[in-house]
Amino acid sequence: MAEPLSITPDFVPVVPAERDDKALHRVIFIVLALAICVAPAFIYPVFLMKVLCFALFASAFNLLFGYAGLLSFGHAAFFGLASYVSAYTAKFWGITPELAILAGTAAGALLGLAFGAIAIRRQGIYFAMITLALAQMVYFFSVQRPDFTNGEDGIQAVPRGHLFGLFDLSNDMTLYWTVAAIFMGAMLLIHRFVHSPYGQVLQAVRDNERRAVSLGYRAQRYKLMAFVMSAAIASLAGATKAIVFQVATLVDVHWSMSGEPILMALVGGVGTIFGPLVGAAVMTTLQNYLVSAGSWITVIQGVIFVLCVLTFRAGIVGTIADRLKRNL
Amino acid sequence: MQLATDGPVMADGSALPTSDGRDVILSSRDLRIDFNRFAAVDGVSLDIERGHIHALIGPNGAGKTTCFNLLTKFLTPTAGSILFEGKDITALKPAEVARLGMVRSFQISAVFDQLSVLQNVRIALQRKSGDSFAFWQSENRLRRFDDEAMALLKGVGLDTMARTRASELSYGRKRALELATTLAIEPKMLLLDEPMAGMAHEDIDRMADLILAAAEGRTILMVEHNLSVVSRLAHRITVLARGKVLAAGDYKTVAADQRVIEAYLGGGSHG
Repeated sequence: MAEPLSITPDFVPVVPAERDDKALHRVIFIVLALAICVAPAFIYPVFLMKVLCFALFASAFNLLFGYAGLLSFGHAAFFGLASYVSAYTAKFWGITPELAILAGTAAGALLGLAFGAIAIRRQGIYFAMITLALAQMVYFFSVQRPDFTNGEDGIQAVPRGHLFGLFDLSNDMTLYWTVAAIFMGAMLLIHRFVHSPYGQVLQAVRDNERRAVSLGYRAQRYKLMAFVMSAAIASLAGATKAIVFQVATLVDVHWSMSGEPILMALVGGVGTIFGPLVGAAVMTTLQNYLVSAGSWITVIQGVIFVLCVLTFRAGIVGTIADRLKRNL
Repeated sequence: MQLATDGPVMADGSALPTSDGRDVILSSRDLRIDFNRFAAVDGVSLDIERGHIHALIGPNGAGKTTCFNLLTKFLTPTAGSILFEGKDITALKPAEVARLGMVRSFQISAVFDQLSVLQNVRIALQRKSGDSFAFWQSENRLRRFDDEAMALLKGVGLDTMARTRASELSYGRKRALELATTLAIEPKMLLLDEPMAGMAHEDIDRMADLILAAAEGRTILMVEHNLSVVSRLAHRITVLARGKVLAAGDYKTVAADQRVIEAYLGGGSHG
């Protein structure tokens, strides 16, 4: 207590060695890339592409929930709209798949800007309800405008086309490498987004918005930016999915689609970079194996969800991160 | 109510300045806010002089924290005006007020729980750098603030815990971290809302020392219940009761005021 006090002492401080989470993340990314390269030798590539698309979707949701503290119940709006736009432009405008995916992503990002500007005015459950309501508007639009969405049937037989007009994506492996590249690119973008000067402020706003404001940060702008980025990546996932499965339907915009990334992120670990990916792999695999169980799938998923929340709330990756005392 | 006999400690040991020629940094005129027709703050006019430690005291429910929220624009007044350095800030948003150099703390310690102690301070240092929206750059860029952040942490005795997660700190240390974070943005004026609340005795002495050190070249307005702290730190005191200014002056004047004594005895014991 008796040590001399000064607020700006003139000494050269020594910063303790930083636990280098960065190096660990780099290793995980490399392992992930290798796993993606090796996986199609053992697992059906179309299934892997489904996992990658949903992993991206769940990561987009987690970007908003885990790092901005905003729980969205309406991410199906972005996923679904992008899916429609991508399918529509690829089929009826005959543009190349990368442009169709880009168009879908851009449309979803713009929708995210509009929805975000409205939703971030409220917090907590009110924010969640607003996102749900806005997403339902997109659903009803999709039902009401069969000239664009083809109603109950959806847009089917979407051509996979030729990437850059050169590579034939009707070949599953060519398509797989394309999806893998999109996935890795987006994951690296999310990682950078979170671990950037901006990401630091975003997490500060998440932890204590009033305090961040009292330090002079205009919190709303940071939240809106996170919302748009999250919507854009959810859209990228939806647009890519439409090309992979050659179909865009009402299922993509239905509210239950908003629940998928929530479940995946919670199982994998909210607020971790790699959690949603693990969650998506686990949940998609379960759905695949339990197809024969019919409508029992939802019951089993529900039980898993409850067990997750009750026993390890941090999720799979979150629990590992806590044990290692690292950020994953 | 315990009344200490020694008066306020002026920075230069001189008497309190007279009312003319005062350098007022923050003032409010007839500040008022109604919650469902109940006036929580009812016509408060304050003048805070530059360089002073000014204490706002009063019984529970007197409107001290509400007053704070009004001055820092976390609440919008029903009527009245606020001037900071001669500029009317009544219509500004809280972040803009902070950017003018008036920063507040909160009654409950306000740290960024999931960030490390060092990162907490860097958040404040980062604001003026202009790269707070840079999502494409690496956070390694923020290491250029490490030295400055460590110096600030050393000032509050937290330099050895720089890598600790803020949520793992004890209450007293959270408050110290909060102060270091606030000082990092070099505010002209600090508003401290009960900086000693919930602290152990030795922490209170240490925090009082920190506040005195922080007051160097700054103005501080603080809400505080601990009257011995107030008597030690404050140049000037304003007593609020039921949303109104009851008395104002140095510690001796206020402590001798019959209305103040009655308000305290009537409103429960403090100190």
